[in-house]
Formats: sequence, structure tokens, C-alpha cells
Amino acid sequence: MEFGLSELQLSLQDSVSKFIEEKCPLDKVREFAGDPESDSADLWSGLAELGVAGLIVPEVHGGIGLGLLDAVAISECLGYGVAPVPFLATGVLAPYALLNAGTESQQTEILGSIASGETTIGAAISELTGSRGDAGVRCETDRLTGKAMFVTDPDADRFLIADDSRRLYIVDANSDGLTRKDMPQVDRTRRLIALELDQVKADLLPGSENAEVVQGLVDAGRVVLAADTLGASQSMLDQAVAYAMQREQFDRVIASFQAVKHMCAEMAAEIEPARSLLWYAGYALDAVPDEAHLTACHAKAHLSEVGTFVARTSTVVHGGMGFTDLLGLHYWFKRIGFNRQFLGGPERVREEAAAAQNLTAA
Amino acid sequence: MDLSYGPEYDEYRQQVRTFLKEHGRDAPRGGTITSAPVKEWQSLLIEHGYAARTIPKEYGGYGGEPDLLKGRIIGEEFARAQIPSGLGGQGISMLVPTLLELGTEEQKRKFIPPTLSGEMVWCQGYSEPNAGSDLASLRTSAVLDGDEWVINGSKIWTSTAHLADWIFCLVRTEPDAPKHHGISFLLFRMDSPGIEIQPLVDMTLAPNFNEVFFTDVRVPHHQIVGKRGEGWQIANAVLGHERDSLGDPNATLARLERLIQLMKIETVDGQRAIDNPTFRDRLMRVQARVMSLRFNDLRVLSSRLNQTDDRLARMISKLQGTELRHELEGLAIDVMGEYGLMYGGSEFLRDGGSWQQQYMYFLGLIIGGGTSQIQKNIISERGLGMPREPRVEKAEAN
Repeated sequence: MEFGLSELQLSLQDSVSKFIEEKCPLDKVREFAGDPESDSADLWSGLAELGVAGLIVPEVHGGIGLGLLDAVAISECLGYGVAPVPFLATGVLAPYALLNAGTESQQTEILGSIASGETTIGAAISELTGSRGDAGVRCETDRLTGKAMFVTDPDADRFLIADDSRRLYIVDANSDGLTRKDMPQVDRTRRLIALELDQVKADLLPGSENAEVVQGLVDAGRVVLAADTLGASQSMLDQAVAYAMQREQFDRVIASFQAVKHMCAEMAAEIEPARSLLWYAGYALDAVPDEAHLTACHAKAHLSEVGTFVARTSTVVHGGMGFTDLLGLHYWFKRIGFNRQFLGGPERVREEAAAAQNLTAA
Repeated sequence: MDLSYGPEYDEYRQQVRTFLKEHGRDAPRGGTITSAPVKEWQSLLIEHGYAARTIPKEYGGYGGEPDLLKGRIIGEEFARAQIPSGLGGQGISMLVPTLLELGTEEQKRKFIPPTLSGEMVWCQGYSEPNAGSDLASLRTSAVLDGDEWVINGSKIWTSTAHLADWIFCLVRTEPDAPKHHGISFLLFRMDSPGIEIQPLVDMTLAPNFNEVFFTDVRVPHHQIVGKRGEGWQIANAVLGHERDSLGDPNATLARLERLIQLMKIETVDGQRAIDNPTFRDRLMRVQARVMSLRFNDLRVLSSRLNQTDDRLARMISKLQGTELRHELEGLAIDVMGEYGLMYGGSEFLRDGGSWQQQYMYFLGLIIGGGTSQIQKNIISERGLGMPREPRVEKAEAN
């Protein structure tokens, strides 16, 4: 019996964390955040060499063929370093969709170049968890028309798009009729756009006719976002403790004041059980299909609440410095904020958790 | 991640189930810890290795090898069948492990067998009116007079004092030593002359606790565990086990399931509580926390089995477990609204009034066994490496 990450998962985390520490210091994050022209292609190709891009891509397609609990472990490291890389969409959502809904030829065509890091795929699936304003994409024959909002990775080579019948498509980013509109947002470690589509040629992933496959995609995305929040929260706690240990007021390090210690203890006390929930949610996606949807909902909603508490509390422990751009703590604060809303905020996801147990009104 | 216990343990689980099927109907329902059916049940459980499993045969136990998973399986299966497991109480859970580790051979032979069988009931004399969170500042004194200790002082929160035959008690024997090195661990009879017991009624209005007063109580000098002045270290060797058992997530899960049933039945203006989106959202928040603590509990078990260091996961369990249980019971009261106020002999009680009772009782457990604030000190100091608060001397009167 072993409840936790395996040796392999821990060593994967170790190599990814070292890479991020070395190649993605705060200056690199600032550069990406401050300059819309800058990209993180170097980071992504380095991570691809470590196997991150092809993490869940099967070995026959050039990946390393691991599961979603492994993706959870990696996502935690990326959140810890607020790394501006396209792991959610290219590393998880696109390969998950292709593997579970794509034909063999679609898989052969795309999965290899995902694993090698050559191809990135943005995710235009936000409408699956709630459509805003006039957003929505219709399919007529093999052409898509309409608007998708909160689309990740503007520079992607292709997009994974959901239509309003919850079917999934792959679209080439250079297709005629495809227009990008910037959606500047608070978390500058990720970029969002709206896609406007006018008769855009699209390649249906036929397995997405099965609603369970599409729900599985959303669940996977939610758990991986929750893992990013866990990593970011752990970093904010570590930064708060380190700061409190060196900051002096009233002739003492502030870490010796019970008020400060208790804030840090409360963060740890929220983070640790949430970590256990998250591990189980990742494991359930791989191995316990009956529980996967419910635990994914709870992991997403609960980590969002824990993350919000930690983001606020850590900032407060840092005092005025926590509020400045100088320290850069706000990148973690905002990353956690993004993860909370994207693919469904806690209230809506909890309502899905209730529905999954037949607790909503008939 | 591997959540299977393995074939050997699946077989063991079957054995437990078979036992419960055959003997479950003989289990005592209700009855005090000293009643004959309770003792007979305990004796049957020890014989089959479902109580006192790892305690050597010569001390009245079953004599099994220590095995965390077997212990857990027993707990799970008895809980699942809703059949009372072996005797608990502070004698069995705290004193027996202490004696096994630190008692003399004579003490082990004299005290462990009757304690396990339920013949000898114990109470714990630790807290005092002026020694709560700062337990090591306790003042009940024991002075050696000839070959007897003479004890004066008082203890509080002594839960089974009125039923107990014996007490294991922390007393100050070395008044000049530093406070953690001046305490000894004594055992004595509760019918000794000079002991007075007063029930202490708590906010649930049940006499769950007592105060115990000692006036020149005389105790044979050899009824000490360990050496003089080592009592603090001896008590701490087993205090950790008590904390682990407060706010058990599996018990909380059973209450959550009960709460869901309640929410499906309870109506206001004809609307079921479960159909009220605000209540439903609160329920889902609580459910996520219950799940988190259950998985955290598995993680702690796993780290003990595989001997990995996962101390933070363990350190947070008392704090989070008791706070969550209090919150859950409170949600049930809000769901019931005015019915949630019913108590005592009211004809409108739900679930026998257990929601109000547990809501208050768990506030007691947030405080007892190391308050939430003490837990936060422990987490920040031992878990996160933050420094203790500097000592401040009491100001001199001028």
C-alpha cells in the first residue's frame, strides 16, 4: 500500500524543478509577462527534452506514456515556478483529446510533434464550462463559425476547439477565416485570446461524440489546474516563511511573532490535506473511473479556495513588500486567481459535484 | 499510488468479516465499561486478536506482530458492521503502551492484564486548573515521607474519575528542578483516603468530566513509572497517540453521510434543505474537506508503513479534523433552523439531539488535547522551522 507519489514521479518532479529553477528565474517570468513579443519557446523545448511535452503521449508516438497523476506531479512544479509554458493545453488537453477521441491517423499526425515540442496547441474549450455573451461555435459540414473566448496560447500552431454540441475539433492556426483578438488579463504568465471563426476548416475528433470523453477532458484540465495552484500555493508559503525568518521589526525576526507563525501554520494546514485530495483526484482519473468526475470537481473547487486563502495570507505576511511589483509575489497571486476561474469557478464546479451525486433538484 | 493492501490482507479482512458475522449478534449494545457483557465481549475479541492484538500473551494480550494494516482493517470492518470494537479508554490507549515501554516487569504483570480485560479502569491525572496548555507547569505535589509519597493538589478534565479504580498521575516531585525535569509519573488507587471527586458539567450539560482533589493522599513509593523527575518525558511518549485519534476522518465521513440524509428530509416552507443552493454549496465545501482529510489519513498511514517522513501531513490532522467536525455539526444545525435549537427532552429532536451535542462537544475537542492555537505553534515550529516566541519574565511588583 502506497498513498503518494512514486519514486519515478518524485524524480521527474526533481528534474523539472531543477530545470525551472535554473532556466525560469523571476526575471524570465517578468520578461514574458512584460513583453507580448517575447515567447517561452526555449523553456518549452527544454521541458520537451525532459519528457514533459510528451508526458501522456504513448511511447509509440514518441512520448513517455505516463498518466494524469504524473501530469499532476509536473503541473505542481510548473505552478511552483509560475512557469509561462503551454503545459495545460499542449501537454495535457490536446493529447488527452487526441488519445481518447482522435482517429489513429489524427494521433499519428499530431502526437509525435507534440511530444517533440515542435507543435503547440491552444485550447479553445472554455465554452464547455460556461459560455459568455455571444460566444459559441457552430459546425456546418466540416466548417466552424462563431466565437471562442478565453483561448490559451495565442502563438499555438493549432487549436483544440469545442463547438456548441460539445464536440471537439483540431484547427490549423493558419486557416483562412480565423481571427485572433487579444484578451489582456491579470495573470501575465498566461496569454488569452478570443478566436473568431468564419467558415474555418476543422478536423473533427470523432470520439468526442461520446459526452463522457469530453467530460473526462474537462476533468483532466481541472485537476491539472488545481495542481498548478497547489504548486503556486506551496511556493507562496515557502516564500512567506523565508521572508518572515529574515525580516526584523521590534528587534525580532517577525517569524517569532505568534500572529505571523499562526498565519503560516494555517497555510500549511490547508495545503497538506489539499495535496492529498489532489493526488487522489489524479489517481482517480487514471484508475478509478467511478470516482474521477466527483474528485476532479472537488479538487478544482477546493484547491481554488485553499489557493485564494494562501495567496492572500502569504501576501499579508510579506507586509508592504508583498504588495509591490519589486518582489514579484503577485505573479503567484495572479496565477492562483487564473486557475480559480478558468474551466469553472468553485461555486459552479461544486454544483457539478452535487449533480454528480444526484443531490440537485430533479 | 497503490491503494490495495495485498492478498494476505484481503484474506485477513475476510477472516474479520466471518468473525463479525458469526459473533456480531453477541456484541453488547450500550452498557457501561464495567458491565459483564462488555467484559465478555472484550475477552472474546482478545482471544481472536481483534483487541490488544500486539500486546504479549503473558500480559493478557493476543501476542500478534505489530501490523498497521491489520489494525486498520479491524477498525474499518467493525465500523462498517457497526459493531462495538474492543475496550478503549485512557488506561488501554495510554497507560498500557507506556508501561510496555517503560514499566518494570512487576508493573507490567500487575497492571496490564486486568486493564486489558476491563477489570481495572483508569483515569488520567494530567491537566490542572493552572496547568492547561502549559501542562509542564503543573503544581500537584508529591513529597516522599518514609516509604510513601504524600500527594496534595488537584486535577481537572478527569473524564472517567468516578468510574476509575486507579489513576495515572503527573505530580511535581522535584520542586527545585527546571519545570520539565521535576515531574514524576505515579500510579495509585482512586479509593485512597484523601481523594475527593466532583463532577464537572460541561456546556453540553453532561457530566463528561470531573475535578479531583488530593489531600495528603499516601501512595507506596514504588508505584512510580520510570525514575523521579522523568514523568514529563514518559507522558510525552504517548501523548502523540491521543492527538492522532481526535477528529478521526472516518467518523466524520459517517456524520457527513448522516447530514446528507438529514438535508434530504428537513424542509422549510416545503423546500428540502438539499434543494436550497446555499446549503448545497456549504455541503459540497464540507464534503471536499472531509475527502481531503480522509485521503490525508491514508497518506499518513502510508508514510508510517513505508517509513517515509511526512510530518506535516500528520501534524495538521488534530487541528483540521476537530475544526472540520465542528463546522459539519454546525451546518446541520443551520439546516434545521429553529429545530436545530431543540435539546434535552424535546419531542422535535433530530437524530436524538446528536447534532447539538456533537457541535458543542467538538468545540471542547478543538480546545482539549492541545488547543488549535497550540497545534499551530507546533506546526510552525516543528513543521516549518519557525522560532519560538521569546520568553517574557513576569513584571516585578513595585
